Amino acid sequence: MTEHEQHFHDPTNVTNPEHAEHHIVSPLQYVFVYISLLIGTALTVVAANIDMGVLNPIVALGIASTKMVIVILFFMHVKYQSNLIKMTVGAGFFTFLVLITMTLSDYMSRAWGLW
Amino acid sequence: MDSAIANPQAEHDAAEHEHVYLPQHRHHFETEEQQREAGSFGMWLFLLTEIMFFGGMFFAYLLYRNWYYDAFVAASNTLNIGMGAANTAILITSGFFMALAVWAAEVRKKNVLVWMLVLTTVFGAAFLGVKYFEYKEKFELHHIPGAGFDVSQFINPPMDAKTGKPVGNPLPPDVAQHTQIFFFLYFAMTGMHALHMIIGIGLLFWLIARSQKGDFSAGYVAPIENFGLYWHFVDIVWLFLFPLLYLINRHPLAH
Amino acid sequence: MSASSSTILNLPDQSTARVPKKNFITAEDGLLSWLLTGDHKRIAMLYLISITFFFFIGGAFAGLIRLELLTPQPDLVASDTYNKFFTMHGVIMVFLFLVPSVPATLGNFLIPIMLGARDLAFPKINLLSWYLYLIGGTLVLTTMALGGVDTGWTFTTPLSTHYLNTHVITTATAVFIAGFSSIFTGLNFIVTIHRMRCPGMTWFRMPLFVWSHYAASILMVLGTPVLAIAIVLVALERLFGIGVFDPTKGGDPLLFQHLFWFYSHPAVYIMILPGMGVISEVISTFSRKRVFGYTAVAFSSVAIALFGFFVWEHHMFIMGVSNYSALVFSLLTMLVAVPSAIKIFNWAFTLQKGSITFETPMLYAFGFMGLFTIGGLTGVFLGSLGMDIHLTETYFIVAHFHFVMVGGMLMAFLAGVHFWWPKMTGRMYPETLSKMAAVITFIGFNLTFLPQFILGYLGMPRRYHAYPPEFQILNVLSTAGATVLGIGYMLPILYLAWSLKYGAVAGDNPWQATGLEWQIQSPPLTENFTTIPIMDHEAYDYEWLEHKTKQEVTTVG
Repeated sequence: MTEHEQHFHDPTNVTNPEHAEHHIVSPLQYVFVYISLLIGTALTVVAANIDMGVLNPIVALGIASTKMVIVILFFMHVKYQSNLIKMTVGAGFFTFLVLITMTLSDYMSRAWGLW
Repeated sequence: MDSAIANPQAEHDAAEHEHVYLPQHRHHFETEEQQREAGSFGMWLFLLTEIMFFGGMFFAYLLYRNWYYDAFVAASNTLNIGMGAANTAILITSGFFMALAVWAAEVRKKNVLVWMLVLTTVFGAAFLGVKYFEYKEKFELHHIPGAGFDVSQFINPPMDAKTGKPVGNPLPPDVAQHTQIFFFLYFAMTGMHALHMIIGIGLLFWLIARSQKGDFSAGYVAPIENFGLYWHFVDIVWLFLFPLLYLINRHPLAH
Repeated sequence: MSASSSTILNLPDQSTARVPKKNFITAEDGLLSWLLTGDHKRIAMLYLISITFFFFIGGAFAGLIRLELLTPQPDLVASDTYNKFFTMHGVIMVFLFLVPSVPATLGNFLIPIMLGARDLAFPKINLLSWYLYLIGGTLVLTTMALGGVDTGWTFTTPLSTHYLNTHVITTATAVFIAGFSSIFTGLNFIVTIHRMRCPGMTWFRMPLFVWSHYAASILMVLGTPVLAIAIVLVALERLFGIGVFDPTKGGDPLLFQHLFWFYSHPAVYIMILPGMGVISEVISTFSRKRVFGYTAVAFSSVAIALFGFFVWEHHMFIMGVSNYSALVFSLLTMLVAVPSAIKIFNWAFTLQKGSITFETPMLYAFGFMGLFTIGGLTGVFLGSLGMDIHLTETYFIVAHFHFVMVGGMLMAFLAGVHFWWPKMTGRMYPETLSKMAAVITFIGFNLTFLPQFILGYLGMPRRYHAYPPEFQILNVLSTAGATVLGIGYMLPILYLAWSLKYGAVAGDNPWQATGLEWQIQSPPLTENFTTIPIMDHEAYDYEWLEHKTKQEVTTVG
């Protein structure tokens, strides 16, 4: 299909990005992802009821982050997309982290004693 | 082979011309692939703006949770963990159906597509329904920030009928005041999230109507795909909101 | 081609030349064809008109400010009203003029053509962008009509949330909506640049104008939403008293400033980067020489965008942030100056051994180089903690940002408008008058803002409408300069409008410049190119241009 459309010279390859053969994710894969997400949710609730002290928020956020990654990779197809899309997702998270960490650098180093 | 390409192109034209009142909407793209990739890229850039938008509120949450941990714990424990967990499962299910809808559009099964979109909508609406009941309860308990906010529950925690112990540590009045910040964050973050869901459901109605007409089961998948990206993003936001808001510390009496 | 004259302007024979009958302006008739267009060039013209309109309203407020400051006493208006003057001036100039000016007018018009594309990636979103701009602008006008807002364009909490009864929420909504206009423009540019370049147009063959807009667009997309959430929180605080910025309820007013400046510092790079793109094009054309160090200029644009995200706290040094974070941000601020300096060096080396001529766009470009350098250097003073404590919130800051924004950005905008006017309209403006306007602007600008550096250093605070009498002479000089500056800005409106009907026919390439936009007719066709070009040479390739025009017979009409 893609060769048919390429009737002019396109060295910068913008018209058919990376000759992306459109990969269709199967419903079975989606079912696996779905079940993993539900298990993750159950785990989060169970873990919240176990007293792990300072580890509680770490475990909760860790599970949430894992769920986020599999939603992005599979439900949102990023695993099968071009490098451009992958870099874009990365850029978004990078900027978010810059906002969080650099603002934190002010609050955590204040002498007010609240932190 | 030609007809397979020409047909979706014609479908695409037809689909576009239905609501095109812009005479200029021409084929400034050279290929269908280029247009799809551009559309998907554009949607991802929009989602980046959403990450940064919610990011500001996540930072506010991070800050105030650290400053006022005890108040946040007490306030968080008034949220119903069952409803929160159920809502998480409901939204994940909605996302699952949305992913299947994209698949159905890609393999051109019109009826499956329509049903999947309907299920996505139903579960999305169910989420909002649960949220309504949660908000209603908060309203009745005077936990909505502002003039009517009532801290008495935090200064004198009620007794838990089952254990005979108070549900939480009693807070001094000035600390109890900080529970208002938790509730502001709760309403702002879940409210903003709910607003995005409402917009999404509105868009779903439109997508269902057009899918029923067959607009998206002849090769023109982009609107379904791109809406799917939006919907999954909204889902991801909730995946973080749930543990952060509902599960701060369910053992306050232990330490 | 005349190589020996003092101008490179090469107009076609005026007795036979005509503006091409078929172009994007004549393609369709009627108001709706303009209001519902998807053509990036028409949208650019719509933006040009709206932006100019808001510029003059913002300028009127500037005039009122300078009028009050003629005398040391607060005798023209009440203090609240004066606060409204500088707030409206700031809000309009920043959000309704500086942020959209080059990207939405010149960027919209030129980027598809420079890339060899027929339009931007999302024409309808482009149109939506303009309507959002108009709605934001209308809301600002509404605020004015309702009595104005006096928080300062920075909406600093807790003043804006707890101590004022003016129309903060209306203005905040206006800014929110205008922000989305900016986001959609940036989004459109990024997708177009990544995915719609013509065959052969590799990243390093694009004009530097496109690189600058790419960098600015990244800032628009990633930074603006944080401004959005900051002002949503201000609105919520005002409406419901939620306590997020209220110390009595445990909130931190500084949180607002972190969120606000996280956008507003990249915003200044959103404003200046497109202007720098214009300067690259103008300096290259009027020195007949490729830009020195293309790769360095391209990468420094992206570096400015990247580092621009890391320095916002330098707007908050005296606000109560921790000393340690202030140190870190001060160091980073010094670093962010480096890529800007790289660009100035590269432009200077472009000029070296070039065949320089002094047409109007070049005059503005020279003005830019000098004034932006001064403004940028004074920024470095402000980045140093000790100096900042003395200079912040004084007229030194006011002078600093007006040097970079007005002496820099606005001059670049005018350079760009004058440079591409023949391309956009097919007409040439009267050269003598335009050069005069450029010189008047330069003189007026320096007279207005140089005294303000001195005033700031001597301690005159900003945003005050009264001052100690010993500062009056400098203030009078500044106001006199503002009057001259105003004349300098009025003149282009007059002669550019005049040129639309009576200007000389420009032809395809009056400046004999490189770039795809100069290879098509003026004004361009709606679809830009009859066939999509194939890019087979590097950017700023003047040998290619000479070779090409030798073989061609320039026909017009």
